[in-house]
Amino acid sequence: MVNAKPKVRIEHLIKIYGEKPRAALQLFREGKSRDAILQVTGHVLGIADVSFTVNQGEVFVVMGLSGSGKSTLIRCINRLIKPTSGHIYIDDEDIALINEERMREIRLTKVSMVFQHFGLFPHKTVVENVAYGLKIRGVEKKQRSQKALETLEVVGLTQWAGYLPASLSGGMQQRVGLARALATDAEILLMDEPFSALDPLIRREMQEELLRLQKKLHKTIIFISHDIQESVKLGSRIAVMKDGYIVQIATPEELITNPADNYIRAFIQDVNRAQVLKTGSIARQIITFTVEEDSPQTALEKMLYQNLKQIYVVRQGFPVGVVSRETLAAAIPEGREDITQLMQADFPQVNADTTLENIFHLYQQELPIAVVDESGKFKGVVEQSDVFASISSLT
Amino acid sequence: MASSLGGADKLLNPFKIYSLPVESWINHTIFFLVDRLRPFFQAIRFPFSLVLDGIEWVFLAIPPLILLPIIGLVVWQLAGRRIAIFSIVALIVLGFLGVWQETMMTLSFMGTAVLFCILIGIPIGIACASNYRIDRVVQPILDFMQTLPLFIYLVPIVMLFGIGKVPGVIATLIVAIPPLIRLTTLGIRQVSKEVVEAAIAFGSTKRQVLWEVQIPLAMRTILAGLNQTIMAALSMTVIASMIAVEGLGMMVLRGTASLNIGQASIGGLGIALLAIMLDRITQAIGQGNHQVSWQERGPIGFILSKVKNKKAASTYSGS
Ligand SMILES: Nc1ncnc2c1ncn2[C@@H]1O[C@H](COP(=O)(O)OP(=O)(O)O)[C@@H](O)[C@H]1O
Ligand SMILES: [Mg+2]
Repeated sequence: MVNAKPKVRIEHLIKIYGEKPRAALQLFREGKSRDAILQVTGHVLGIADVSFTVNQGEVFVVMGLSGSGKSTLIRCINRLIKPTSGHIYIDDEDIALINEERMREIRLTKVSMVFQHFGLFPHKTVVENVAYGLKIRGVEKKQRSQKALETLEVVGLTQWAGYLPASLSGGMQQRVGLARALATDAEILLMDEPFSALDPLIRREMQEELLRLQKKLHKTIIFISHDIQESVKLGSRIAVMKDGYIVQIATPEELITNPADNYIRAFIQDVNRAQVLKTGSIARQIITFTVEEDSPQTALEKMLYQNLKQIYVVRQGFPVGVVSRETLAAAIPEGREDITQLMQADFPQVNADTTLENIFHLYQQELPIAVVDESGKFKGVVEQSDVFASISSLT
Repeated sequence: MASSLGGADKLLNPFKIYSLPVESWINHTIFFLVDRLRPFFQAIRFPFSLVLDGIEWVFLAIPPLILLPIIGLVVWQLAGRRIAIFSIVALIVLGFLGVWQETMMTLSFMGTAVLFCILIGIPIGIACASNYRIDRVVQPILDFMQTLPLFIYLVPIVMLFGIGKVPGVIATLIVAIPPLIRLTTLGIRQVSKEVVEAAIAFGSTKRQVLWEVQIPLAMRTILAGLNQTIMAALSMTVIASMIAVEGLGMMVLRGTASLNIGQASIGGLGIALLAIMLDRITQAIGQGNHQVSWQERGPIGFILSKVKNKKAASTYSGS
């Protein structure tokens, strides 16, 4: 992310369920475990000192098994649940301190929410559901219906506007839920396991849809999931929760290549690594033939020394061709030293953020693939053997 | 022998030596209340008698031939055509039995009692649903109200309020209000937690959550409670007549007392017909087809569709 501007910042958030959380909080600060606190005070430790920052335009996934505190965490952000201690900053405003009136304003304008079981109003039509936030904000009926219909169009449900939610399928109902959250133009979207209640096929469809929408809308999304596949697919970063703690916060790739503990290892077992790992992260830095500096002789020497079969030719940082050791070895005695004549200008090249599953077809020529960064500059190479090694490696 | 056992008898039955003077405590309390708080209870009377007189005036002042179609149309709109026809027929039968006036008196008495049940019961039910502490206080009181034999509180009510329609309404209130409170609480608690959360998450105030979400979704259950309340109120008509409430109940009471079985039967039939009628009406409202809006059903729907057809026809012929 170029503009990594913090949108939501959570500092030392603690939530303890129960009537008298003070004593429990004291025990927690003394370092007592969740179970010990439950036994002594009968209070449940929902969130145990959690801190993280979500940047503008990011999809931040919170993942964990059921009961790990995900729903509690996301509900603290719009204060459906009141935190016991700690700070939650939305655009530098501490949600934990403001009064109810201001909180309502924030819910009306800045933060909206999508629910696991959709949370639609069963007695209101689809269009009334979508317009609900605007109605509460006091927008005139005509205007809010107009806006609701526009939003329904975004999720492809215009023709269902007049129906009650019960007459729609699960996937369609959640599209309504999504539209309702989008209709208020809130910048922050809280999504509590929005696709968990859907069939696998529909779930995948909805994930694609969310990614498609996010490309256009650039919302700041906090997305709860208990599904690692979903998390790595959607998340720009993932926070893994366990018993109210955050175990690790990492990009999907970091999580898979460098899991913090066995809890996360157990999670990532099922992940198709080729779908997650990016060429950039396994690209090997390797010596190149720099047109401006190197002569064929020095290049050949380096190749012999490092036992390379071919070398990429780079001009001003950009890869322009590839040349094999045999070609160089044959050409030098004949005095043909113009590298642009010797090199092969047709070579496989991918961006650093391409996932491994999308590069297999490029290995037809037995050449290592050149990996370039966003500006097209050479970053390194990925050989077929590297790909296999990283996909199968047991961490 | 008996005398020799006298001492032992006393020992084995301590109740003979002493009993708590609760009876006189209660009497004193009641007398004290009646004495000191008369103005207060007179003030409570006021809104009840105002509403009672108003409703009764409407029912008795409008001649039957005008009132009947009005009732018919209202019932048609609320509960559908079949129940409307039943109601009209039932009222006509009662009219020809010569008890029109008694029926109207009972109806207005009931109407007042039920109206106050709604005004008091639904807010209490809502409060119980949203606050466990209130609920914990109210529940045992409701249990008490529903299990206590009627006559036990009939006497203090008469002492505090005198006899007549107002104490009748208040006695009826005590019997009839519990189901409405209970089912209002139940209905609101039954609304899905997630749906309520959604309403809050989109910025609703407590009041908006109540009116936009909780009450509409609890309406079916609340109306089931209202149905039970009306039935309970109707069952009170005979007892209320004991404290001089006029109407069909009075006919039953007088008829029974003077062995005039005919009079008692007609009164009883009237109460039964009213019961069936009100039961059907409230049930029909509760189970109402929510897919069809009020503008599309009943007499209003009938007229609107006629108007629309006419408009369509005129534009068609005009073009
Ligand atoms: N209202 C509540 N009162 C007491 N404990 C609760 C309450 N809500 C949740 N919990 C407990 O807090 C923990 C975290 O719950 P939750 O945030 O719903 O987890 P998740 O969404 O990850 O499944 C669980 O152990 C749950 O039992
Ligand atoms: Mg949850």
